[in-house]
Amino acid sequence: MIDPASRRDEIGHLVLEDGKVREFLAGEAPARFDGQVISAEGMWVVPGLIDMHVHLRDPGYEWKEDIVSGTRAAAAGGFTSVACMANTNPVDDSPEVVRYIMGKARREGFANVFPVAAVTRGLEGKEMADFSELADAGAVAFSDDGKPVENPLLFRRAMEYVRPFGYRMLSHAEDHVLAGGGAAHEGWTARRLGIPGIPSAAEEVAIARDILIARQVGGKLHIQHISTKMGVDLLRMARRAGLDVTGETAPHYFTLTDAALEGYDTNAKMNPPLRGEDDRMAILEGIQDGTIDAIACDHAPHESYVKKCEFATAANGIVGLQTSLPLSLSLLAGGKVDPARLVDLLSAGPARILGLRGKGTLADGADADVTIVDPEVEWEFGPGEVLSKSKNSPFLGWKMRGRAAATICGGRVRHSTLDGVSPDA
Amino acid sequence: MEWHRRHVLGLSDFRPEEMEFVIDTARSMEEVLTRDIKKVPALRGKTVVNLFFEASTRTRTSFEMAGKRLSADVVNFSSGTSSVAKGETLLDTARNIEAMKPNILVVRHSASGAALFLSRHVSCSIINAGDGANEHPSQGLLDLYTILKAKGKIAGLKIAIVGDILHSRVVRSDLHSLGRMGAKLWLCGPAPLVPREMERTGAVVTGDIREAVRGADVIIMLRIQLERQKTAYFPSLREYSRMYGLNREVFSLAKDDAVIMHPGPINRGVELSDELADCERSLVLRQVESGVAVRMALLYLLAGGSHVAH
Repeated sequence: MIDPASRRDEIGHLVLEDGKVREFLAGEAPARFDGQVISAEGMWVVPGLIDMHVHLRDPGYEWKEDIVSGTRAAAAGGFTSVACMANTNPVDDSPEVVRYIMGKARREGFANVFPVAAVTRGLEGKEMADFSELADAGAVAFSDDGKPVENPLLFRRAMEYVRPFGYRMLSHAEDHVLAGGGAAHEGWTARRLGIPGIPSAAEEVAIARDILIARQVGGKLHIQHISTKMGVDLLRMARRAGLDVTGETAPHYFTLTDAALEGYDTNAKMNPPLRGEDDRMAILEGIQDGTIDAIACDHAPHESYVKKCEFATAANGIVGLQTSLPLSLSLLAGGKVDPARLVDLLSAGPARILGLRGKGTLADGADADVTIVDPEVEWEFGPGEVLSKSKNSPFLGWKMRGRAAATICGGRVRHSTLDGVSPDA
Repeated sequence: MEWHRRHVLGLSDFRPEEMEFVIDTARSMEEVLTRDIKKVPALRGKTVVNLFFEASTRTRTSFEMAGKRLSADVVNFSSGTSSVAKGETLLDTARNIEAMKPNILVVRHSASGAALFLSRHVSCSIINAGDGANEHPSQGLLDLYTILKAKGKIAGLKIAIVGDILHSRVVRSDLHSLGRMGAKLWLCGPAPLVPREMERTGAVVTGDIREAVRGADVIIMLRIQLERQKTAYFPSLREYSRMYGLNREVFSLAKDDAVIMHPGPINRGVELSDELADCERSLVLRQVESGVAVRMALLYLLAGGSHVAH
């Protein structure tokens, strides 16, 4: 049992009742127990994993993914909660859309879904969305992910306005103008392949801007999908300055570099782009020293034909919910990240950042969201394994080590590979 | 040597002996072009489709001429007259053309990697006639052939390439063809158009045209692609011409027998002064001649020929 939020890492057992953790007890379970018993000997029992950055494409792009297929992939990947971004159609800038997402997830989903609503109406970067109404409907944070607020004054006003309410702004930090229409990290690979580059500075300028605005007006800021060395350095600096700034990275940024673009592989195209080896090493360092607070996969499903095309026009993004945990488990090799830190990055961290009460911990009274991790099992991520509607992953065919053996959400088994344990209807 | 390639997508994986083989074949083809009847039946019954998604007159004409000299049926497809404008994907367009059973597709596209992408999804042969800023292999080979004819060798030559290196597919192919044959390459242009990373190719990168041209055997001037200048990479054409244009004074720094090349079309008075464009040491029209011969050689080899029919 590993629960970093209550600083526990021990052999124990967990009693779940009525969708809550009744007790987290040390030592062997009692010989007699009325109810279903799941044995997880040799495995890790951890608070349900939380991915705070996914695109469920619902409403509006249900051929790519929907709330049911996306949460099914989440559950199979060990996630009991996901936070979904606002670039749906219609955009999640109204309470109706927030309620639609939450309602559908509650009725038909396989995991909890926490909507992240838009900062500006229609993600157009012109007028602020109605924050309080969106938050009252259930939005847990705000982001114009993918189309970041370009106008610094508007972003300042939004940060300032929401500060008294304690909402967190999640920033896809990118200076679009400086990105210059690029399609891959500006480095040797892009130069050699003749692909227009996206300089690291396009991300770093925006991170710096947002941090400085947060410093000016206060409030809670979160930097999404950090991919560069200087991005990690800027976050570290903001923290040392005592600002409430958090940051996430994605498994692909600590697993791959732009070398994966060889042969113009469109499944290695995402935004921010895969960077260089120096950046990858700096991300690892940021994970180890605690600068980075969360791992989030930026699950971005796309139908095959928008990836099966020339590189420049291919859509950005990859699916990640089923590979995030195994790729994160690879961080254990070398011993620089211990299991408790890993669980923090994948569960307690995102719960803290988004202020999700009852999530990210196994403490008595917490929600009965539990993931059982088999850290040793070896398996292959073949196309048949993909539960998303889309299969755009650079990790297809990879040999993986470790996966979720069972995922329990609100006391219901939503995924299981354990003998004798089948998902609840 | 035996020819095993099904496609010519780029020169990045061409061995020197393969390039020499193409050049030898091109020599035989050039002999055909000296005859009264400049046509041989080598590709009779074969179909070549020029699939051009980007405006091009000379490359398309050169391939068309090459195909016709070999008696192939040549069909031209250009995006202006096609369903591309109606939103069809590249792959669908290519598959539709492929269903008409051509033997060779000659592809020009604005996206880097487009030819490689198509080669994975169609069964006929593909010649890359320029993909984005990636490669233009027939240009790389014709530059090699042109220099060989003029200088008799490549190894040891100082070759300066001046202009928009960033967007140039010609450079990326020349680096393979000329570089692999032993030339010492210098890349020069305004810094925003000459990525520092290009030093990784082994070429010398400089912002000083005098340094690049000094002692050079060959100077390849690139077209300033005004159509690509969505944002300014340099202050003005006047400034460009002053700093990176080749004129009589700069050219005098090169070797006495230095030659000037340009893949065309030339912006006279911008990258190349009017008088130099037409001087006796300009090989621009020789490049065009070599181009037809090299493209005949590529079509011939891909269509299954292993020796030239006389």
